[in-house]
Amino acid sequence: MTALLEVEDLRVAFTRRGEPDTVAVDGVSFDVKPGEIVGLVGESGCGKSVTSLAVMRLLPERGNRVTGSIRMDGEDLLALSDSAMRERRGRDLSMIFQDPLSSLNPVIPVGLQVTEVLTRHRGMKKHAARREAAELLDRVGIPDPTRRLDSYPHQMSGGMRQRALIAIALACTPRLLIADEPTTALDVTIQAQILDLLEQLVAETGTALVMITHDLGVVAGLCDRVNVLYAGRIVERADRHELFRAPRHPYTHGLLGSIPRLDGPPGEELAAIRGSVNDNLPWAAPEGGACAFTPRCPRALDVCGEVTPLAERAGTRLLRCHNPVPVAEGAA
Amino acid sequence: MLRFIVRRLIQVVPTLLLLSLLLFAWLRSLPGGPAAALLGDKATPEKIAQLNTVLGLDQPVPVQYVRFLGRAVTGDFGNSLITGEPVTTEIARALPATIELSIAALLLAVLLGIPLGYVAARYRGRPLDTTTVIATLVGVAVPVFFLGYLLKQFFAVDLGWFPPSGRQAVGIDATHVTGFAVLDGLLTREFDASWDALVHLVLPAIALATIPLAVIVRITRASVLDVMGSDFVRTANSKGLAPRIVRERHVLRNALLPVSTTIGLQTGLLLAGAVLTEKVFVWGGLGTLLAQAIERRDYPRLQAVVLLGALVYVIVNLLVDLSYAIIDPRVRVR
Repeated sequence: MTALLEVEDLRVAFTRRGEPDTVAVDGVSFDVKPGEIVGLVGESGCGKSVTSLAVMRLLPERGNRVTGSIRMDGEDLLALSDSAMRERRGRDLSMIFQDPLSSLNPVIPVGLQVTEVLTRHRGMKKHAARREAAELLDRVGIPDPTRRLDSYPHQMSGGMRQRALIAIALACTPRLLIADEPTTALDVTIQAQILDLLEQLVAETGTALVMITHDLGVVAGLCDRVNVLYAGRIVERADRHELFRAPRHPYTHGLLGSIPRLDGPPGEELAAIRGSVNDNLPWAAPEGGACAFTPRCPRALDVCGEVTPLAERAGTRLLRCHNPVPVAEGAA
Repeated sequence: MLRFIVRRLIQVVPTLLLLSLLLFAWLRSLPGGPAAALLGDKATPEKIAQLNTVLGLDQPVPVQYVRFLGRAVTGDFGNSLITGEPVTTEIARALPATIELSIAALLLAVLLGIPLGYVAARYRGRPLDTTTVIATLVGVAVPVFFLGYLLKQFFAVDLGWFPPSGRQAVGIDATHVTGFAVLDGLLTREFDASWDALVHLVLPAIALATIPLAVIVRITRASVLDVMGSDFVRTANSKGLAPRIVRERHVLRNALLPVSTTIGLQTGLLLAGAVLTEKVFVWGGLGTLLAQAIERRDYPRLQAVVLLGALVYVIVNLLVDLSYAIIDPRVRVR
């Protein structure tokens, strides 16, 4: 099946006059097939949100340089004019953000925030848009939707706000939905509800979903394929089951090792990855390159600090490591 | 909503009481007094004491205060020590001039300030923005009376475009209805009088508007920048909305909240600016009354004018709070 979205060698650098560029995303390539759920996983600062904003072309107008290509249906989004991109945003591709309270306009009713997408992209008149908006709210599980149209964001609960944002994002049944940590600001029970809802809706509409998260639990329950990001690069990519069964990159391995397991022995100590990604951020590779994970890697060799590991493909898996975890050990 | 307004109006009473007390204490602690000021060179201790007795100023301050309050609640603020007229009459005569000037200045500041601030934010870092930021800095820093004289010298004396002082040309035989010169001309269909009053308003209004204008520009700019970087504007952009809708519906409405507070505070400060502006342009409003009263220690007039200023300040800020409730639904609920 041909890909819906193809991101190739995406590089995002933040520029500041008189200072060296800060490279937030460094040669990221991945694709998303129609109807597929793809995860972008990594800790804060690894470049996952910047990647998604680059795809939406929502990065600030100035102060950054985006290179590479982002093709949707074979059309390079980076080459589109601003107005052509606005035409597609909200209609062909849309996005759900992390904090549902701050992501909704506090001074206008939720209804208008839904209907404005409908009038923009589906050419609906006021009353038709209102009816459709009520239906959308109903579909995302907001009770008493007609009355809720006149509510303001502050009058709704966190879960309900995120549902409203999902309704907005899905209003024009886009073919691609990017969800940037959509459950991080919600409490655990609501998180599960929202994830279920997302899964059900993308299945119904055939929308492809890019799920951005730091939470491997979310990935395990939802994603078909997973990209693990570290310091602006994809260090490992695999099908969900492959990844959880046999993580090869020491970073992925470490992440999985730090999750408590229900079937583990009682009193088992959780493994931690030493240091923090911020220890060597912004990441600036030394001359000749290096693996950014080297300072924190338990399996680091001398070569890791000297040569950037190349992406190696084996079947559906991609791996960027000089000294990967052996399959048998990873399966433990 | 009504309960909110009533509650706020009731709060005005203790505010004014406290202020009158402070004012009273402060005035009486100033060196010199009305008697010395009235008598001038001829003042001898005996004459001053005599006059103080006549004016009731020989009484202990608390007694004076209670007497003042007793009369004030009936609307009697005493007679001016300078003119002998009831101060309420004086104020009623001078008030329209000051209100007219203040409204003109405020309109100028708001109608220019918000668009300028918005445009500066939109073109942040470019020459237009830099120029605006520097100009507002100068605007805040230049003393009002200096700017007033400058405007007067250049536009009135050198170029002759505007009259240098006063509210109306001497030759114009205008009918007075409300005391607002521009409005009177419109009401009586004496449009030449309206025009004449308007022309007289231009320079003083500019002088008085400078500081509030500069402050409004700055606050609008900062507030728009803040809102443009907010999550919900990003959401609005992720919907692919037209830039104009993002601007008006999402950015501007949120950005105006702090601006409306600023407008309220600046309106309160206008009276202070009016004192100086009226002086330069011989305007003959409240500012002139106040300046005279301070020079001559005219206690009754001073008390009345300052309390009126405070009342206006409180009411304007009540209006601002009400406007908040219109713009921001989060305030409405309370």
